[in-house]
Amino acid sequence: MAEPTIDARVSPLAHLEERMRAATVTGARGVTLTEWPFLTMVNMRVDPASEAADRIGKALGAPLPRQCGDTSTSGPHTVLWLGPDEWLVLSQAEVTAVTSELREALGGDPGSVVDVSANRTTLELSGPAARQVLEKGCPLDLHPRSFAPGRAVSTTVGPIAVLLWQVDDGPTYRLFPRSSFADYLARWLIDAMSEYRGPEVP
Amino acid sequence: MLLINCPWCGPRNETEYHYGGQAHVAYPETPADLTDEQWAEYVFYRDNPKGPFAERWVHSTGCRRWFNVLRDTVNYEVLAVYRLDEPRPALPQAGGNR
Ligand SMILES: [Zn+2]
Repeated sequence: MAEPTIDARVSPLAHLEERMRAATVTGARGVTLTEWPFLTMVNMRVDPASEAADRIGKALGAPLPRQCGDTSTSGPHTVLWLGPDEWLVLSQAEVTAVTSELREALGGDPGSVVDVSANRTTLELSGPAARQVLEKGCPLDLHPRSFAPGRAVSTTVGPIAVLLWQVDDGPTYRLFPRSSFADYLARWLIDAMSEYRGPEVP
Repeated sequence: MLLINCPWCGPRNETEYHYGGQAHVAYPETPADLTDEQWAEYVFYRDNPKGPFAERWVHSTGCRRWFNVLRDTVNYEVLAVYRLDEPRPALPQAGGNR
């Protein structure tokens, strides 16, 4: 049984890797786009008022976020709020380890823990012009007065539904589109980034 | 563009939602006893008021939860937003000019 397994996964944006790299803009209006394929993602549903939710919070090392937009980070895990009884656990840990740990914490109580790592891919958009790029197609107010590092929401960018998470003040954003929409979103972003190569038009 | 207040996510653009028709249409208590006409009424017939209308919306690109909206069909003003387990609220004083 010690046969080595071959990782035959192909990321939904593998074919655009070169295009994304070529789209990089440097300087004061710089912005870069990168894919982080195969991140561990686990969807979790549980009654937030239950003991199971407390146990899951302890297993993750931080309580589950209770409000739209909130995230909590502990060790390799970041938990994003998806709904009043639904979360997405992003992790640098291996997926079977994360799901088995969460299932154990859930025990026999009502709820679910599902590996959804293949459901979405991860795009990272960062640089001084990153917010302006997103503002071309995101209906949310991304100004620092209402959106900041550590905030994550479900919304749309262009016509694509994404989870949008601001990671730092760079600003750096991570966008999580469904895999089948990733190609369109990446091309949309590459197009939106292109104007920042030139000087600002007054 | 309507600005609708999701009970869980707060104000978001109309484009993040989908419409679900009239709210508070209860499933028949004894479906087996219904005549064709009563079924048709349940399945197809809806109110079409001029003024406040209770309707269902889902925050499809947000938290994906269903909830109810009280909306004025004349001026599109959103008069109230409430969860499915909450009763239809009495009309707020400020709602419209009716
Ligand atoms: Zn919502």
